[in-house]
Amino acid sequence: MIRPTARNITEDEYFFGHKACAGCGGSLAVRIALKVLGERAVAVLPAGCMSAVGFNFPQLCFANNAMISTFAGTASMMTGVEAGLRARGERDYQIVGFAGDGGTADIGIQALSGAIDRNDDMIYICYDNEAYMNTGTQKSSLTPFGASTTTTPVGGKIRGNVSGKKNMFEIVAAHGIPYAATANVGYIEDYMMKVRKASEIRGMKYIHVLAPCPTGWGIRPEEMIEYARMATDCGLWPLAEYDGGEFRLSRGMGDPSILRNYIKGQKRFRHLSDQDIGHIESMRDARWEKIGGSWKVPGRDRP
Amino acid sequence: MNHSFISGNEAFAHGVMLASPAVISAYPITPQTTVVECLSQMVADGVLDSEFIYVESEHSAMSCAMGASSTGVRTFTATSSQGLLYMAECLPYAAGGRFPIVMMNANRSVALPWNIYGDQRDSLSQLDCGWIQAYAQDAQESLDLALMSYRIAERRDVSTPFMVNLDGFHLTHTYEVVDIPDREQADEFLPPYSTENRIDFDTPRNLCFSAGPDHNTAFKLSEHAGISRSRKAVAETEEEFLAVFGRRYTGLTEEYMCADAEFILITLGSISGLCRDVVCSLRKSGVKAGLLRLRYMRPFPAEEISRTVAGAKSVCVLEKDISFGFAGTVFINVCAALQNAGICVPTLNKIGGLGGRDITEEDIRDAFGDMAEGKTGIGFIGMGGSGV
Repeated sequence: MIRPTARNITEDEYFFGHKACAGCGGSLAVRIALKVLGERAVAVLPAGCMSAVGFNFPQLCFANNAMISTFAGTASMMTGVEAGLRARGERDYQIVGFAGDGGTADIGIQALSGAIDRNDDMIYICYDNEAYMNTGTQKSSLTPFGASTTTTPVGGKIRGNVSGKKNMFEIVAAHGIPYAATANVGYIEDYMMKVRKASEIRGMKYIHVLAPCPTGWGIRPEEMIEYARMATDCGLWPLAEYDGGEFRLSRGMGDPSILRNYIKGQKRFRHLSDQDIGHIESMRDARWEKIGGSWKVPGRDRP
Repeated sequence: MNHSFISGNEAFAHGVMLASPAVISAYPITPQTTVVECLSQMVADGVLDSEFIYVESEHSAMSCAMGASSTGVRTFTATSSQGLLYMAECLPYAAGGRFPIVMMNANRSVALPWNIYGDQRDSLSQLDCGWIQAYAQDAQESLDLALMSYRIAERRDVSTPFMVNLDGFHLTHTYEVVDIPDREQADEFLPPYSTENRIDFDTPRNLCFSAGPDHNTAFKLSEHAGISRSRKAVAETEEEFLAVFGRRYTGLTEEYMCADAEFILITLGSISGLCRDVVCSLRKSGVKAGLLRLRYMRPFPAEEISRTVAGAKSVCVLEKDISFGFAGTVFINVCAALQNAGICVPTLNKIGGLGGRDITEEDIRDAFGDMAEGKTGIGFIGMGGSGV
């Protein structure tokens, strides 16, 4: 595998002219994945930010074949495209889905599970901006604990989202999928490498890429990459792969102490108390304890 | 051609096999199951070269069929009742995408109360979703509609998905002698599907897009024009079908003794056979009875209905359906057609067969009796004539 880098990636663009917000992490995830996969990628996107910004007739923003799926049917529509292209005798194509956190972990999880069960040959990418951003920041099951959204507002009685983030990566891995990974638009070369790797494995692949939304998170557009990286560096969004039945951490935790800066810098978390942040830290630490005990870690032969 | 003693579902499956869809996606539901079991067996035996996709829901069955259709290949799915309603979001989607998917629907009651038996509330609730809707009366017509539906749906001037309805159990599970055409005949009748509305690596396409207030109406008008053109496509396809198979069909409707009829019963589906027997027997006793069977609900045979009943003294619509708070959906459509044509004739609506309740010969005779007495309005069969 030739490791894709910022230097060797194609200058061709496949997703442009769209109306995504400034600093959109999701549009970066789509744009970069398509550059890695190339012109024979067929993109399937359900209702959500990327279809809302990219498919407004007559301003259609994909240079490769692309279509909007039903909200709940991303993975099943991908299956149909894959089967149809195979039946018509095509070769060397990639079916790639780009669904948001709600489209993946809520309404689309049934179709995703079915596609993993069938082990259809395609790549499903969840671009996770941690809420239903297209409709104005409502809570999804991937919204983190404490976040204020328009459906988990901060009130006198309840202060933001009371549930945690559904662990899609391990849910997907539990199906016994050939390849799954977490990624982050802030670590773009790691993401590109995982997309490339997925494209070279037969069967179903899942990549869950954290894609901050400045509009919904309450950060400045130019801070998007910085906050994306902080999410991984502070240990809240570990980068990892599930490959050949094993979990493998892609990089260790950076500096656990920056979690407070990560939280305090975002408008959606502004109401959280020190005690709330302490709770987030303890959940993170429990997760890392589990990771350290069972996942392969870089620089260590055994867990 | 060979004669086989098979069920309506098996007959339909044989029609689908002869159409050779590249992709079949289906989820099981009674009483549709035997059609997909039959197709699965054909794929397992190697007599049908299709990708059979085991999806996890009806919503996924139709999403998958749309994905496959977007690559320009022939597709098939089948469902019933709750399954049809579960996939309902996908029905206008397929129609708007101009994907000529063929789906068999085994007509079944809709919960609550739960009920697995036949009525037509499932498909009639989806009349407005942009699909062609045909209703078979027997197993032979089921098989023939499987073949004709692809020919009609895939015409470039139509490009509209096609739902073929078979009455649950009464037709899907009843055994009849059916002529199964030869492969050569089927191939002569049904050319391979070809479309420009598909994923293309030389000229990449953006499909299933959004269209705002400025453009939306033009797309919807185009969709309406496509399904409206299927009237002509049905007639032409039946001519071609006659030439190859020697069986004649009569377009959107089928008349029985309507030419001089004073009292015309309008119905659809498998109950038509019994209605025909009653008409025949009433004729012997001097009653000028007639039967108009609606073979299609969309496109709606408004002209055929108006022309047929123009000279009648009374009309009754017998249907296995009720649009709660008003009347039967078929009746509402028939009345609209008559009003548009300026035909003023007393109209009666008989609601029967809900949840599989038997409609007897006597019930049908009563409908003609009520017409002769000049009764109008709505009545639920077997409920003391109550129409609320």
